[in-house]
Amino acid sequence: MAVLPFRRVFVFFFILCFSLFYASVALGSGIDDEEFSEELLLRPLPDRKVLSHFQFRSRAPPNSSNGRHHHLFPKAISQLVQKFRLKEMELSFTQGRWNYDLWGGFDPISSNNAKPPGVELWAVFDVPQHHVDSSWKNLTHALSGLFCASINFLESSTTYSAPDWGFRPASGRLRYGTLPREAVCTENLTPWLKLLPCRDKAGVAALMDRPSIYKGFYHSQRLHLTSTEFDSDDVDSGIVLEQTLTVVLQTNGKKAVLTSQETKLQPSWSLTTMFGRKINGRCVLAKSSNVYLQLDRGLVAVLNNLQKENEISAPGNLAYEASRSNHGFELSVKPDRVLEEAESQGKNPSVLYEFAVGKYSNSESFDLGLTWKLPVVWSCQQAPLSASRFLMGSGNERGAIAISWKSSQLSQQLLHPDVIEENCKLQVNVFQVVPWYIKVYYHTLQVFVDERLEAVSDIVEKIRVSPSEDKVSPGVMEMILKFPCGMKSAAITLEFDKGFLHIDEYPPDANQGFDIPSALISYPNFHASIQFVEDKSLDKSPILAKFQEKSSVRSYTEVLLVPLTTPDFSMPYNVITITCTVFALYFGSLLNVLRRRVGEEERLLKSKAAKKTGQLPQLLLKLSAKLRGRSLETPQSSSTSSSFVSSKLILKVILVAGLAVAWQFYFAS
Amino acid sequence: MAKKKKEGSFWIWVTASIIFRLILIYFPSNLNLSSRPEVSTPLTSLRRLAEGYWLKQSSVSPYAGSMYHGSPLLLAVLGPLTIKSIEGQPNNLLYSLVFVIADFINALLIRAIGQKLQITYSRSLKSLDLDTVSKSSAFMLVAAALPSRDIAALIYLWNPFTIVACVGLSTSPIENLAILLSIYGACSRIVPLAAFGWVMATHLSLYPVILIVPVILLLGYGTDTPPRKLLLQRRGGKLEDNPSNDSDFHQGQAMKEPELAIVFSWRPVNLFLLWIIIWSLYVLVLCGIYVKQYGGLNEMFKSTYGFILTMQDLSPNIGVLWYFFAEVFDFFRNFFLIVFHLNIIFMIFPLAIRLNHRPCFLAFVYITISSMLKSYPSVGDSALSLGLLGLFVNELAEMQFSFFIFCVYVGVSLLSPVMHNLWIWRGTGNANFYYATAMAYACLQIILVVESVSAMLNHDRKLRKLSSAKLQNVKS
Repeated sequence: MAVLPFRRVFVFFFILCFSLFYASVALGSGIDDEEFSEELLLRPLPDRKVLSHFQFRSRAPPNSSNGRHHHLFPKAISQLVQKFRLKEMELSFTQGRWNYDLWGGFDPISSNNAKPPGVELWAVFDVPQHHVDSSWKNLTHALSGLFCASINFLESSTTYSAPDWGFRPASGRLRYGTLPREAVCTENLTPWLKLLPCRDKAGVAALMDRPSIYKGFYHSQRLHLTSTEFDSDDVDSGIVLEQTLTVVLQTNGKKAVLTSQETKLQPSWSLTTMFGRKINGRCVLAKSSNVYLQLDRGLVAVLNNLQKENEISAPGNLAYEASRSNHGFELSVKPDRVLEEAESQGKNPSVLYEFAVGKYSNSESFDLGLTWKLPVVWSCQQAPLSASRFLMGSGNERGAIAISWKSSQLSQQLLHPDVIEENCKLQVNVFQVVPWYIKVYYHTLQVFVDERLEAVSDIVEKIRVSPSEDKVSPGVMEMILKFPCGMKSAAITLEFDKGFLHIDEYPPDANQGFDIPSALISYPNFHASIQFVEDKSLDKSPILAKFQEKSSVRSYTEVLLVPLTTPDFSMPYNVITITCTVFALYFGSLLNVLRRRVGEEERLLKSKAAKKTGQLPQLLLKLSAKLRGRSLETPQSSSTSSSFVSSKLILKVILVAGLAVAWQFYFAS
Repeated sequence: MAKKKKEGSFWIWVTASIIFRLILIYFPSNLNLSSRPEVSTPLTSLRRLAEGYWLKQSSVSPYAGSMYHGSPLLLAVLGPLTIKSIEGQPNNLLYSLVFVIADFINALLIRAIGQKLQITYSRSLKSLDLDTVSKSSAFMLVAAALPSRDIAALIYLWNPFTIVACVGLSTSPIENLAILLSIYGACSRIVPLAAFGWVMATHLSLYPVILIVPVILLLGYGTDTPPRKLLLQRRGGKLEDNPSNDSDFHQGQAMKEPELAIVFSWRPVNLFLLWIIIWSLYVLVLCGIYVKQYGGLNEMFKSTYGFILTMQDLSPNIGVLWYFFAEVFDFFRNFFLIVFHLNIIFMIFPLAIRLNHRPCFLAFVYITISSMLKSYPSVGDSALSLGLLGLFVNELAEMQFSFFIFCVYVGVSLLSPVMHNLWIWRGTGNANFYYATAMAYACLQIILVVESVSAMLNHDRKLRKLSSAKLQNVKS
């Protein structure tokens, strides 16, 4: 019997040890797994501006291993994911419009971070189909509380839609909504910064000086969330939160005396001149904290050319120039690493300088500066087609929406070898949401290629339309177009009628007009990804991972402003009373005509005329008779008839009263 | 000889009107009538029908979205025509031709109805011994030039409203066709045709449902006569008059003639109800087949009748309700919807009681009232009512304000496009300007209805007076 207790103790001990071990492992792994990284990408733009792209990435391990608590990951977000069973979500606040022609349309930043003006929100839910809408509504409210924005306007079914395949491939549980007129301000940025472990107190985020950020030409603050918690497959990375802030800033170069040589020169800039701040070391909680400077292909090509010229003209200078790229400009800080694009269509790969912020501190702060030495002119890589959307027609009754494409240089480059092929096709996807008061006639779709009208079926490969329903849902159009490769320009037009709203449905500034949200144009055969040569041993930084992601080239079109006719807001009462008067006129006069009997009227008039003479004495007689009680003077027949009438009258009164009581009883309760 | 000449000139005018329409069809893009709010309402617009057909072709329900609100049968008939076109001809030629043909048939039907009316009218006058009196009186002067039936048909064909509705590609000529078929069927006692017309008209635009009263009266009593009491009196007088001389034969004749009109015959009415059931089942089955995979009949009723009754579309038209419902407070909306629709229903029975001896005129009054109070009125509706008005030129010759009404008609139809242009296109006007013209138009129609009813009743009074005077004369 002595063995049993021993065995029990042993088992107990074993269990204890195991559980302790397991707990420690879980805890340890929890700490390891939850990670945060901060990065800043800077890129000079051809029009004397600088793109700065902040990217913060937090990752939380799957919920099961970590309980409800997080070290770095914002709890609000994980609760959001748990509550609404979000698979993926993206929320962006944008001000200004990304200039696809000047700032590029073919790189990962422009196709992922260039967003339509205002608020854009889309989410994929992991709930049964019939719960998706209610989840969406609750989510909009939660987000509007979280970000101090009127995202709750997306709750109404007239503002969001359920794209099928036009927006993102697959998924029927996707909801998409935009608020083109939402103003973006610091009150939206502050809660967004609160999600970062160091806020804007340390690390890269310390650069976010509000006045200089909001002074920029383009400002887009984005929050992207992916969660694999509800996936059935075993690969479980938990929740990944990616926060990006993309701003295009004017460099505040000193506007001192500029010689003609200097005006051609790109303005030199540094972090201080742009943001008015410096980076004082990294956020200590961040796993990696880097600043990148990217030179795109066009710029590198120009610099290479310059260098070649220089080599030819002054070969002696070679020694003076330390590195090739430093030829046209000078960096104030020496990069820790220089990455080059692995594979590029052209000969000139894009270059990335990496600066680790970790080694800087308060005493020695990081202030990257770029000084141009030679004037350079280059252009960014553009999307295969540059798309724009505009309205046609005048007046407030009807109009037409047109989307036009012009082939850019790139497509001519890219497709040049294919032009010989007969059936080379350029695929373009269009996703457009139109509010219900723009009543689009989809049968009027017309396609023009090179300014010639083409049959719709030749160009439109696939189209899905869910027409708008008045006051219920917006109209959604998803299209796959296949243009011939050699074309120079193309356009599609759709006619619409403008709706008329109830006076309560107009916004306070009704005469400003209504916005049609941006259409999304994507080119699924072109992928905006940049592969950088790097040693595989190193951890891939999130921003590089993002660069390497194979996503199709996307661009948003302009928001359209449609003026709608307004009724007179000041006179609902007048309209109601006048209309009701007309109706009363109709009813009254028609009834009068119907019941008029000329013969009887004549008789009545005659009898009245006869009566008139003796009316007063008769009345007196009656009165005196009443006073005396039942009089003998009044003829019997009339009294009976009068009593009969009065009893009838009483009966009627009782009937009406009874009806009223019944009405009160049944309908008031 | 003179009659033949008249006949000939009538046909010349008819052909001229059709040629005129065809000419207009050939340059519709300049006229742009099809998007005028006066012509095409959400219910009758052919553009919306084309959109519905396109949706149907791309295997979406034609009622998806709030574009199409018409009948699926129209979609099946007119839909294919919207995408077909003959080489070298304008795109709209095919369906425009359908509307021109519909207009032509409408005119012929009005003429046929007029013929029936005229026959009974003269017969009943004869039976009252008033034919000589009426011939000599002033109000037959109008009819001297042309018989009233030709006047009515020509008014219908040459009315600018009809022409605009036909060339402007609205489906109202077809709706009018259904209504006229029903009245014609009832007049000429073709019960299945009457039932078919009524069912189709109701199916297409709901409001003709109230025409069941005049149609039943037509079937029961026959076409318009002077008040039946007069005939009875007359007969009584006649009987009293000559009780002895060659009694049997004369009596028999006297009994036989008015008998037809006076006794309400139930047999055609019952037949009519039976045919209504048959036709409506037929129409419902056809619609059901057409919309089977798109939510069925329920969906169809919701977006046709539901759309009519709830006034969801607030785009301007010549009625007054759009502005009213754009401005009225939301919590009163249902109340006023009920009130305005009851306004139509309330007047059915008083009118039916008072005018039961004149079912055709009753139908005209109903059509005018519904064209005024319906939720999406268009000029096509009032084109029909004005055309029918022409049938009663003899009776309504003493109508008051007729010149005034005519002037206001002209004024409103000129001012309304101007105000619309000022408001919508130039942005210099205000919604109230356009609303004011709509208001004037509504008042105008009210005056028309009231005055015509009053004139008709006066006419009856006059007949009574004449006949009683004659009776007295005979007696004394």
